Amino acid sequence: MASITIENVIKTFGVVQVLKGVSLEIKSGEFVVLVGPSGCGKSTLLRLIAGLESLTEGIIKIDGKVTNDIPPRDRDLAMVFQSYALYPHMTVEKNLSYSLRLRKFAKDLINSTVMHSASLLGLADLLNRKPKQLSGGQRQRVAMGRAIVRKPKAFLFDEPLSNLDARLREQMRFEIRKLHFDLGATSIYVTHDQIEAMTMADRIVALNHGIIQQVGTPMELYDNPANLFVAEFIGSPAMNFIKGTVKKIVNSLTVCVDSNPLCDLPIGASYSIDAEVIIGLRPERIEITNNQTLFPAKIILIETTGLASIYHCDFFGQIVKIFTTSRIDFHVGEIAFINFDVKDIKLFDPLSGNRI
Amino acid sequence: MAKSNFGGRNIIYWLAHYSVIAAYLGLALFPLFWIFKVSITPNRLLYSEGIRLWPSQVGWEHYWSVIHHTDFPLFFWNSSIVSCCTAVLTVLFAALAGYAFSRFIFRGKIWLVGFLLVTQMFPLVMIIAPIFRLFSPLGLTNSLAGLVLIYTTYNIPFAIFLMQSFFDAVPKELEEAAMIDGSTRFGAFYRIILPLTLPGIAATLGFVFTAAWSELLFALMLNSQQDATTFPVGLLTFISKFSVDFGQMMAAGVLALLPVCIFFLLIQRHLVRGLTAGAVKG
Repeated sequence: MASITIENVIKTFGVVQVLKGVSLEIKSGEFVVLVGPSGCGKSTLLRLIAGLESLTEGIIKIDGKVTNDIPPRDRDLAMVFQSYALYPHMTVEKNLSYSLRLRKFAKDLINSTVMHSASLLGLADLLNRKPKQLSGGQRQRVAMGRAIVRKPKAFLFDEPLSNLDARLREQMRFEIRKLHFDLGATSIYVTHDQIEAMTMADRIVALNHGIIQQVGTPMELYDNPANLFVAEFIGSPAMNFIKGTVKKIVNSLTVCVDSNPLCDLPIGASYSIDAEVIIGLRPERIEITNNQTLFPAKIILIETTGLASIYHCDFFGQIVKIFTTSRIDFHVGEIAFINFDVKDIKLFDPLSGNRI
Repeated sequence: MAKSNFGGRNIIYWLAHYSVIAAYLGLALFPLFWIFKVSITPNRLLYSEGIRLWPSQVGWEHYWSVIHHTDFPLFFWNSSIVSCCTAVLTVLFAALAGYAFSRFIFRGKIWLVGFLLVTQMFPLVMIIAPIFRLFSPLGLTNSLAGLVLIYTTYNIPFAIFLMQSFFDAVPKELEEAAMIDGSTRFGAFYRIILPLTLPGIAATLGFVFTAAWSELLFALMLNSQQDATTFPVGLLTFISKFSVDFGQMMAAGVLALLPVCIFFLLIQRHLVRGLTAGAVKG
């Protein structure tokens, strides 16, 4: 177990700056998920920590020790690759024991360690097989096993579940989390899947265009997104964004949609009258009812998942999604009425994307 | 009805498929068969029997005289040394260089690739005179070492491109995983990448060996003494001013094919690809 410190890390490939000054402190034993769209620099950051890429600028410390010039083999980290990267000419047993054999461990110790890890991951019966004789899920487990045999300082996961089908992914999510709970090792997990980030992380680091957008617990990012990017990325179905304008109604500045007042502008926010703002509202925080005193919304599409329904509505000319588990009988084309708590509204600046 | 149509089409496909293969094999193997046929036809029947697919009498005297009354065993030995050394040296250099081209980004890489390509653009005949001029004062004419040197340098560029394509096919993550597991880069190359590129190495070895084994021009121009003669040059000794000893020439030709056949039999197991299957997701 080790803490990992990242200070002002910049990485450029040719003329492209992939990471633009990233700083992050990962505590010992913490499970941190780096999340963001493809090309945001999350995998590059992981590879920098592993030592597979060299830093352009900045410092990476493992347990307080600067690792900039330490080769990957001496960093004592373990990595699970998206493609698993199993050694195809070696059996499962040889794959698992490779790192131990390199370190010249005693044969008995290697055998017992491999057996222990294999039984932990349900691989005990597959030890004599070659990777090509395994299913995708089994290969994934071998890749995990190869990481845990050595008891490294930290685990690095590079989108390890993206090649699995949905059900297996759900199961492996649970197993990786449980493994972390049992072993307590520092883990850095890269994914583009916000569900994985939400379900697995102690802390989420949201990255975009090589810049950290927000760091916090899953619920912090969900409840208090720092900007439009995080608000849009975290949560499924994604947050609704409605264009609003600032109006002056009885001495106070109010955000209106199509001249219907929705909420007051926070005190201290300096916006002129008729300025545009973006109203963020989570689909699950909107109530759909028959109460005709509320805001009308015309239903244009209904998606049913079994657990819940997603209503796509026309709300003063803008599309709004509503996520509800109650089974109210609405049909496409009908006018429904929607209600929400003003406290659930998040306001964003349309130019900077930042929270108001 | 539909089913029988489908079946009929299948048979046509099958016939077309196999007749194309048969036609190719016939075209490729008939000269070899003819060499063998002439080599076992006794001299007195060679010109008297007309064109026949198989002689009325079979004799092995050409082989006997090639082995016992000519310098062919020496030529064979020379050719074997030259070809084996060339193949091993070329593959050694090409594997290391091909790996570098496949995995590393370095200054001047594009120029280096360009220069390697340029070396392949000259016909051999063009460079024979300058090579002779260079080799002569260095004592590399009339020597097997000179041949090994020129064959190796001449084959390396193509072998590098060949090896590079085999390294490109092996996922980068494999050696990255090995390096994180505790290997040095060379260790990862040696223990993970090399075993996976054995088919490529075998193919390159085979290619270079055959090229060196059958090379005539340099061997003819650089070496004039008997003790440094390779077998393709030796074959020419059967052509004299007034006659050609076809029987012995063909017998020597058949014998010359044997090492190449044995070599390919040994490496054919590695030529079959598919060793990397299962490395990454499937």
